[in-house]
Amino acid sequence: MLYRETGQYKTSYAADQAMFPILQDRIGIVLILIVAFIGVPLIATQYSYTGILIPFLILALAAIGLNILTGYCGQLSLGTGAFMAVGAYAAYNLVIRVPDMNILLAIFLGGGIAALFGVLFGLPSLRIKGFYLAVATLAAQFFVDWLFIRIKWFSNYAPNANAPDLTIFGVSFSSPLERYLFVLTIVCVMALIAKNLVRGRVGRAWMAVRDMDIAAEIIGIRLLHTKLLAFAVSSFYCGVAGALWAFVHLGAWEPLTFDINRSFQVLFMVIIGGLGSILGAFLGAAFIFAVPILINQIPATFGVPISTALAAHLEAMIFGALIIFFLITEPHGFARLWQIGKEKLRLWPFPH
Amino acid sequence: MAFFFEVVLGGLLAGVLYSLVALGFVLIFKASGVFNFAQGAMVLFAALTLVRLMGWVPFWIAFPITCAVMIVLAFIIERVVLRPLVNQEGIILFMATLGIAFFLEGFGQTIWGSDIYTLDLGIPKDPMFILESIFDGGLLVDKLDVFAAAVAGALVVGLALFFQKTKVGLALRAVADDHQAAQSIGVPLNYIWLVVWSAAGIVALVAGMVWGAKLGVQFSIALVALKALPVLILGGFTSVPGAIIGGLIIGMGEKISEVYLGPIIGGGIENWFAYVLALVFLLFRPQGLFGDKIIERV
Amino acid sequence: MNASSRVIGDTLLKIENISLSFGGVRALSNVSFDVRKGEIRAIIGPNGAGKSSMLNCINGFYHPQEGQITYKGNVRQQMRPHEAAAQGIARTFQNIALFKGMSTLDNIMSGRLLKMKRGFFWQALYWGPAEREELEHRAAVEKIIDFLEIQAIRKMPVGKLPYGLQKRVELGRALAAEPDLLLLDEPMAGMNVEEKEDMCRFILDVNDQFGTTIALIEHDMGVVMDLSDRVVVLEYGQKIADGTPDEVRANQKVIDAYLGVPH
Repeated sequence: MLYRETGQYKTSYAADQAMFPILQDRIGIVLILIVAFIGVPLIATQYSYTGILIPFLILALAAIGLNILTGYCGQLSLGTGAFMAVGAYAAYNLVIRVPDMNILLAIFLGGGIAALFGVLFGLPSLRIKGFYLAVATLAAQFFVDWLFIRIKWFSNYAPNANAPDLTIFGVSFSSPLERYLFVLTIVCVMALIAKNLVRGRVGRAWMAVRDMDIAAEIIGIRLLHTKLLAFAVSSFYCGVAGALWAFVHLGAWEPLTFDINRSFQVLFMVIIGGLGSILGAFLGAAFIFAVPILINQIPATFGVPISTALAAHLEAMIFGALIIFFLITEPHGFARLWQIGKEKLRLWPFPH
Repeated sequence: MAFFFEVVLGGLLAGVLYSLVALGFVLIFKASGVFNFAQGAMVLFAALTLVRLMGWVPFWIAFPITCAVMIVLAFIIERVVLRPLVNQEGIILFMATLGIAFFLEGFGQTIWGSDIYTLDLGIPKDPMFILESIFDGGLLVDKLDVFAAAVAGALVVGLALFFQKTKVGLALRAVADDHQAAQSIGVPLNYIWLVVWSAAGIVALVAGMVWGAKLGVQFSIALVALKALPVLILGGFTSVPGAIIGGLIIGMGEKISEVYLGPIIGGGIENWFAYVLALVFLLFRPQGLFGDKIIERV
Repeated sequence: MNASSRVIGDTLLKIENISLSFGGVRALSNVSFDVRKGEIRAIIGPNGAGKSSMLNCINGFYHPQEGQITYKGNVRQQMRPHEAAAQGIARTFQNIALFKGMSTLDNIMSGRLLKMKRGFFWQALYWGPAEREELEHRAAVEKIIDFLEIQAIRKMPVGKLPYGLQKRVELGRALAAEPDLLLLDEPMAGMNVEEKEDMCRFILDVNDQFGTTIALIEHDMGVVMDLSDRVVVLEYGQKIADGTPDEVRANQKVIDAYLGVPH
């Protein structure tokens, strides 16, 4: 009854192509934003910011980045961690070596450098596809791991790199609430930009390359250009996410926080959340976050203690099983399930 | 000079270990076009099962039981994962094997525990000197490595014969070429996949035995799967001899670059050398040294 | 067909002595013909004659080992498909090459990609110039959707459409590029009589209203005779006849080729 399009006529193409064509969706997104910006700060605890919300948002941003590359443009990448690392270390080095470097600028410049790096490792995509390309991204991953461990200059000769105080334009973002709002704003803006890109000509070109690159070339799409653009944008998002992860979430970090496990984690978010969907990145991130918490809490509520090692193994099992489950039943992940749910809601309470 | 040969030899023998794992990949890829990311997890699982069983029964009982376990595992994988996904593109199947890998790693360690277990197969581990007549004092090699090389060689010969000479081998090659065409001439797809995954499982067991004897059975063995990727790129995904040669080249290359380049640009080159080499190959010869050329038609 | 309202101009595309081989297979041997502006040219021949390979050479997917192709008066070097598209050549395929993950509307919009100029920055912002451009192109695409009578399926993912409709959407995508030369590879394959009539009507209208030059490969002789101005016949990679439909129909070599007379 509630979720109805009756009476909502689109009288212009602009209305039809709006991001949220259905009025209820528009109301929904406004509500979510209100909850996120105002509601959460009223009720959240310190721990939920630092332990849940901030990492969730940052990884969702990385998942958007990977989704652009793998979900929209069809280029499989196992090197997300590497791009995040490049963003983090680039931003860090800019801050400590350039006097009076604005931290916000450093984060975005870090993303820019990650974008260049992404283009470099995306060059093979001209000649190779599918999981052959994945090997190229693995090369990037392991090379970057080595680079930041070996070449001490990057971490300023300290075992861990330390984030600077977050003072931007004179405003200090030190409390968890302030950090949360900082990250939330950046993620919302970047998600909006991503959504704009994918619904316009850029996104269409990416999806054409994903679906059938031979046909895409024949209608005039320059393949290398399009693929490298996907690598660049995706790496930019991952780089910014990496810089945020280092500066805002961790504070002090070592290179291994961006290792291959991180790449797998983000890849799982994208698969489970839904390939080719900005919403899916958020759903996937939320899910990947929820599972370890559940694994830790549920046995405890039943009075059965489990060791952290066992919890880690159970996590791996559950993720593995879920990936298989989603690939079999719904390759488009949670985002598609969400869409199906909305379609059913449109009819509810009528059966058809 | 002798030192150089020692390094080369050590690299070659390390390469044999990679080849053993790569063989399992080739089997599955050759027969079903699926890149089985879970091969490393299968190696770990097989090794874990074997070593834990050996805590209760002697090796000559534990080995057949583990083989049976791997066959059951193949059966389950075929039923639960492969059959529902039979017409999907390669990338979906690859991600499904990623899921299998994670599941197996978690499952194996949940059941058998995650300590490091020593695997004692009675193979002598002490080093010995060979080629004493050519090189002064001889070259130092590990007896275990020589054993591994012999095992790998036997496996290659066995597999090559299997593919070329037997009926099942012929059917496997047909399936690798074209699923639908093979089905239309009466090849039972599900049975073939069961055979292939079982064979890959047993190859994984052998690889697990050798690795386990050398390094101890531990989780890091699963990461060997990642190393096998460059081996396959070099050798070609569909070639059994290619897996061996690719492994040898990678093993040798890693050791040589570590020993000679390491002091110059910092150690740990072994971690990425294989991938960068694979990357170079991908750019100039994507089908590897022995693989089938990839042709696209419109 | 009202002949007097159509203007057939000079040579748009000239194929001279084209030879193409793959490995040991000789797909085309010394083929020459031309296509005049505004005409409908049919390429026919038994299976394996090299017709699709010929189209693939024209739009740059294959590069012939010998011979040259002159398009709009310029001799073409090794052209990549996207360059051919930029020069105004559009194409449909025997096995449909639609983007299965996208809707009908998005597929046809993708045909407009070459005309969308707004840069990356405006795309990221969307509101403003990029949106205006998007809406302009949407209007143009809607005209094509009306023309092809596929309004009802515009939001459906093309993978779910029946075969005949998919072929129509593919034609729409090719038309969206406003091509000078339209290459159609068996546009009526697998269609029933009614669908074929619709498709014929569309092809004629495209040629009539937009003046698009059309080269099509087709097996249905009735369609070929009714639609085309001139026909070229290929067999085993060689040209065996070239002329008006009536001339070709009476040509003994063509009859032999289709009847399978050995030679």
